Amino acid sequence: MATIELRQVEKKFGDLHAVKPLDLTIQDGEFIVLLGPSGCGKTTTLRMISGLETVSGGTIWLNERNVTWLHPSERDIAFVFQFYALYPHLSAWKNIAFPLQAQGESRETVEKRVNEVVKLLRIEHLLKARPGQLSGGDQQRVALARALVRHPAAFLMDEPLGALDADFRETMRSEIKRLHVLQHATTVYVTHDQIEAMAMGDRIVVMSEAQIQQIGTPAEVYNDPSNLFVARFIGSPGMNLVNGKYADGVVQMAGLDNRYAVPQGWQGAIKKGLDGGSDLVIGFRPEAAQIDDLGKLVGKVYASEMQGSSAVLHLTINEDEIIHIRTDRLIPYPIDSLVHFDINPQMVRFFSLNTEAAIQPEVTQ
Amino acid sequence: MSHVELQHISKFFPGVTALDDISFDVKDAEFFVLLGPTGAGKTTTLRVIAGLEHQDAGSVLFDGEGMNELAPSDRDVALVFQQYSLYPTMSVYDNLAFPLRSPLRRTSAEEIRKKVEETAEKLRISHLLKRKTANLSGGEMQRVSIGRAIVRSPRVFLMDEPLSNLDAKLREALRIELQHLQKTQGSTTLFVTHDQIEALTMADRIAVLNEGRIIQIGTPEDIYDRPASTFVAQLVGSPRINLYTARQEEDTVSITDSDVNLPVQSGVKLPAELLLGIRPENVKPDANGIFTGHLVLAEPLGVETILHIQSGQRTFLSLVPGISSYRLGDVLKFNIASEHIHYFGLNGERLQS
Repeated sequence: MATIELRQVEKKFGDLHAVKPLDLTIQDGEFIVLLGPSGCGKTTTLRMISGLETVSGGTIWLNERNVTWLHPSERDIAFVFQFYALYPHLSAWKNIAFPLQAQGESRETVEKRVNEVVKLLRIEHLLKARPGQLSGGDQQRVALARALVRHPAAFLMDEPLGALDADFRETMRSEIKRLHVLQHATTVYVTHDQIEAMAMGDRIVVMSEAQIQQIGTPAEVYNDPSNLFVARFIGSPGMNLVNGKYADGVVQMAGLDNRYAVPQGWQGAIKKGLDGGSDLVIGFRPEAAQIDDLGKLVGKVYASEMQGSSAVLHLTINEDEIIHIRTDRLIPYPIDSLVHFDINPQMVRFFSLNTEAAIQPEVTQ
Repeated sequence: MSHVELQHISKFFPGVTALDDISFDVKDAEFFVLLGPTGAGKTTTLRVIAGLEHQDAGSVLFDGEGMNELAPSDRDVALVFQQYSLYPTMSVYDNLAFPLRSPLRRTSAEEIRKKVEETAEKLRISHLLKRKTANLSGGEMQRVSIGRAIVRSPRVFLMDEPLSNLDAKLREALRIELQHLQKTQGSTTLFVTHDQIEALTMADRIAVLNEGRIIQIGTPEDIYDRPASTFVAQLVGSPRINLYTARQEEDTVSITDSDVNLPVQSGVKLPAELLLGIRPENVKPDANGIFTGHLVLAEPLGVETILHIQSGQRTFLSLVPGISSYRLGDVLKFNIASEHIHYFGLNGERLQS
């Protein structure tokens, strides 16, 4: 069991900041996801926690012990990589048993712990096979078993599902999460896949350009993104973001003659958030838009997509901007026809165009 | 644009039947997707149509005209691959103009300029025309590749996983634009993918392939709502369809190792043992539900949440709107929309119409 704390941890390569000073406290038993595009610093952060990478500044604490300068092997942390890193000449069983044997555990202990973990992962039938004889998913299960068997204080996982095909990824995603629910070992998980982050994380740390953009539960980062980057990055498709000019409770959107009446409760907050300016961005999720012949906003059909149980309608509202509206599966609208819609007032958000930061709603009495 | 017809195409490689009696029709202006896992024969089919691969049996026809004897260059098809094959030292403009400058076509410089500019506008790459392709991002390069295919008006577009090297956000954006372009241009398009969401979202019709055979051809709605087999049912839809072994007795179907018993839809004749497919959106938590389970896992995706509900020994995936507030371990009542249940034989074949 472990708490992990990063205090002003940073990493520089020459003059370049790979990770700008960041603070992060991970609770015992928590599943934390570091999410961001490639180059955002998430893997470097993970590697600093593991000790595979030294810090350029700041300190790392494991269970309130300063481990900043400890060797990786002294940190009691298990690492799972995207590529399985199994010994090809050893059977699955021997691969799993290896970390325990290396620690000099007795034969009974090794057998007992390996049996426990293979039962948990349901890989009893694979134990005699060598890695080369296993599918990608099964190899990753063996790699997970090898990490689990040590009972480490914490797990660090670097895109462990990245090499698997979509189908398997879905299955393995829920297996790893289920394992976490059963074991409650502190886990730090790196991915660039926002769906994985949402589905698995107790909290998500969204990173971009070497720094943290937002830390929050899946509901928080989805419903209340802290800035335009998070709003775009989370969700598939991301949040609709439309530029406009604000004056007297009304936003004039660019393009088609769209005037959006801002809900009462937001007007004061927007005035304050824009600090005298008028350039703002309206944000709403595809499911927040409701098609309605009497709707006050309008767009032109660009394309429509059947997505299985639902559909998404794509509308152009001016030359450059396409917005997405989630609908039930319905008769497709012809391209270029006009569709009217409204935004659910509970689900609309506002951002400053200049700072890109979300405007915070005023606290209601 | 053209109507494409494949008649009884077979193709053998040493020791393998790559294509086994493939027949289908692609209508003029249709967006036709070949969907299947790796090794299904999708790319081979596309290459046979292009003439890059010669079939061992069967015929390829464009507008009723036999193509079998024609070389790839004489078939007038445009290909877009997963790997962008652009000339790195040339500008975007020259890459786009290249197919028009072929001596066979004799297009005037003025006409070339007009066509290149139109194409660039459609693909939103007008601002890149002077750039060298080596300096473009992956998404921009793929736009240029697509541009090079559409700049002339070939009889058929053949696209082989053109989006799969792009990141998720770009894939989404290009998916929408490709579809818009195809619809507004009315171009006959064959598109190969292993990604079921690309197939559902873009296709007018989908052909599902596996091991060199066609398993089902239909609209996205046909494929999703009436899968011909458990293979198709599991290939399409995310999260994956729930699939259970079941027993039928006196018009009640019981899922093995669970307490779930369902009435059989009237008019369907079922064997004693069968497989049952239930899409996650048809497993509906409901305070007055007739089935009971408990929540073992919740995966909030944002727009919806996948609930893993355990009932007896079985886990039911349920897809609910929004981010659900259920907690792990909660006892959940649920219903199953029995009108949307799929019945399959033990061999995997669909049993109802």
